[in-house]
Amino acid sequence: MSSEAPSTDTSKAAEGTHQPDTEVHLERVVVRKWRPAIALAALTVVAFVLTVGFGTDESTTFSFAKGSDFFSIPAVALGVRVIGIVSTLVMAAITGIAVWRTLARKRVWGWLYVVFGAFFAVDFLTWAGSGSQFSFTDLMISTVALSVPLIFGALGGVISERAGIVNIAIEAQLLSGAFSGALVASITGNTYVGLLAAMVAGMLVSFVLAAFAIKYLVEQVIVGVVLNVLVVGLTGFFYSSVLSSSPELNNPDRLPAIALPLLSKIPVIGPTLFNQTIIVYAMYVAVVVITWAMFNSTWGLRLRSLGEHPLAADTVGIKVGRWRFWNVSLAGAIAGLGGAYFTLDQTGQFTKEMTGGLGYIALAAVIFGKWHPLKATFAALLFGFARALQQTLSAAGSQVPSEVLLMLPYVITILAVTGFIGLSRAPAASGKPYAKQ
Amino acid sequence: MSEQLAKQAAPPPPEGEEQVDRSREFMQRLMTGTPMLSVLAVVASLVLGALLIAFTDERVAKTAGYFFARPTDMLQALWDSVAGAYTAMFQGSILNINRIDTLQQALTPVSNTFYYAAPLIIAGLGVAIAFKVGLFNIGGQGQMLVGAAVAGWIGFSVEMPPIIHVTVALIAGIGAAAIWGGIVGLLKARTGAHEVILTIMLNYVAYWALVYALRSPDLLRNPDNNNPITPGMLETAILNPLPGFKVHAGFLIALAVVVLYWWFIERSSLGFQFRTVGLNPAAAKMAGMNVGLITTLAMLFAGAFMGLAGGIQVTGQVTTGFTSHIDAGIGFDAITVALLGRSSPWGTLIAGILFGALKAGGYNMAAAEGVPIDLVLVLQSFIVLFIAAPALVKTIFFLPKGGRK
Repeated sequence: MSSEAPSTDTSKAAEGTHQPDTEVHLERVVVRKWRPAIALAALTVVAFVLTVGFGTDESTTFSFAKGSDFFSIPAVALGVRVIGIVSTLVMAAITGIAVWRTLARKRVWGWLYVVFGAFFAVDFLTWAGSGSQFSFTDLMISTVALSVPLIFGALGGVISERAGIVNIAIEAQLLSGAFSGALVASITGNTYVGLLAAMVAGMLVSFVLAAFAIKYLVEQVIVGVVLNVLVVGLTGFFYSSVLSSSPELNNPDRLPAIALPLLSKIPVIGPTLFNQTIIVYAMYVAVVVITWAMFNSTWGLRLRSLGEHPLAADTVGIKVGRWRFWNVSLAGAIAGLGGAYFTLDQTGQFTKEMTGGLGYIALAAVIFGKWHPLKATFAALLFGFARALQQTLSAAGSQVPSEVLLMLPYVITILAVTGFIGLSRAPAASGKPYAKQ
Repeated sequence: MSEQLAKQAAPPPPEGEEQVDRSREFMQRLMTGTPMLSVLAVVASLVLGALLIAFTDERVAKTAGYFFARPTDMLQALWDSVAGAYTAMFQGSILNINRIDTLQQALTPVSNTFYYAAPLIIAGLGVAIAFKVGLFNIGGQGQMLVGAAVAGWIGFSVEMPPIIHVTVALIAGIGAAAIWGGIVGLLKARTGAHEVILTIMLNYVAYWALVYALRSPDLLRNPDNNNPITPGMLETAILNPLPGFKVHAGFLIALAVVVLYWWFIERSSLGFQFRTVGLNPAAAKMAGMNVGLITTLAMLFAGAFMGLAGGIQVTGQVTTGFTSHIDAGIGFDAITVALLGRSSPWGTLIAGILFGALKAGGYNMAAAEGVPIDLVLVLQSFIVLFIAAPALVKTIFFLPKGGRK
């Protein structure tokens, strides 16, 4: 669909190293990538200007304890200026190491980015919450809550795109899942039937997407966008014409939270991860299983071959059309389950356009996560964290405009797709219809 | 995408033998050609919409309970609900037979159609021109918001003589949105990033930036109002409606822009390059065209159209101060307009008027019959789905599948 020009760094380096045809062993291509180091330097400067330059002498208090914990972690008060100076120094040191590694043509260790990120986050939180007190555990809980639909959507997106079908319709799958989950759970009085209905609804959206993309060879992005509009229209239509006049059809029981014994009592982690509804536990399973299966099972190998080289898949006897169809349907079911989270876990009621563009953020997570289920999950968590932070900070009356945080996922995605934070490249045949010759 | 669009836009004429009966060939072409398919797509969508209306109608549900005892009741209710809704739609958008006492009354529905059509047509061209180059502009929302914000700011805060003020506001909106769209083209040309992702993301960036601006009185918020809404436009910055109607000069601007688009795509040398890049970028490059530049320009122009649509929104449609929803979904509707119009100037014009009619009629239908306005969205998306898959429409209507022998 697009003429993808790989980033300049890689191609230049590749030109320099010639690979003779007869050699069996592969030559090591050393690529000097400056962009990560530049990004670290820029973030360090931002942190310095914000937290030291505009820092205050106040302190921010973080609390961790919840009533159900084994033992309680005492609250910590951090001075804005002290933390600002310390973290900026650490960040500058890490940037220095990154520059040195790059100069030495060596890879920058992955864990350095994690340390950098942690210091940046603590520094930013302390500065943004200046003078106030907030619960770190609550922040984590709402991060998970805001991430769940994103993760389901992203998993659906990854599977679909790995199978070679661009899935812009994640939004439609989430919204239809939310709608039918609420409707069916209200009618049957059984929440679990509602969950099933949500999966079926997501699958139905996928059927349309797959049928148009595979049978009628329609441009997949167009089908996706139109499906999003269609589902917004359909759910809005039924909401206004049926649900609003008979509210008993929009009153599902909410799923109960299940506190796992022992695990749920661990401070911070327990309330965050192990006091959740069945949807969230299903999500943990889905992330692990899909990540494992995609790279270690026959299904995963076939799935990836569909997206990278359908002709090759066809040659070895994989029915490309049929496999794509069912995998896109699976993706729809997963995203639909994520939609049920809105109505059967969070609110207990369907409202118009309640997914509010989260499907597009899930799409962003797919891209930022480089079409890898686990990385996409972490991308979704990051985006969820940005939203949770925005809510927490605006509730605490922070000096940071919340819109900046709300913009963050999108800006990060733009930087990711343009190659500033590691080039994201889609599966080669994603978006390309396959017609058997 | 480009190849596929090209195929949809200009199907290869079927190579039949010479001695085939002329009239049969004409019928064949009429039945399988694109205009006929468009009409059939609309018909099929209206039928599906009718099913939705009927199934959600309360009287239908009630009478269905004793269908076997008195089937006529339910059939009557079915007919009433569907006919009532579509009649109201027709009366709201084209002509209301019951209200033609004065010329003004008779023309009101049509004028409302034109009123809603104006921004749709212009925004539709913003998607269409990108299609011509093989690009998919989903960024209409963001580009419109940027255009509307800049045009609106000039409209309510800078004092200028009439006519000049509107012109300056619109041009500023066009310029700002053109830059916003051009960024996408530039990034795509330089880094190969996909324009769909870029435009979707920039939509949200623009949206939150506007929300921020609407929150701060120094930027866009009306200082006398605590809600995130701008002050109303100054008198000089308003496209005044025709006395007694809602329609304003925006529709004339839309017509002018359609002609401009026609001239640019069909007659200008740059437009030729646009089409060449859209049909075959490799060939265009071989012929010495700067594909990256054309990509950037295409998105720049696409943004410009969107900016004009956004400007029309604030100077013509909503002049009493706007919120972050000033785009009114037109950025996405524009995609359906361009697809239905197959990116041609006249097709986009007709599609824009059709969707304007759906909108005008939809509001009337919602008011008169209580059928939710969301039905319009549903109809629109059905139409585009059918248009996008001609083979499906041919299957539904048992048409011969032309072009294959």
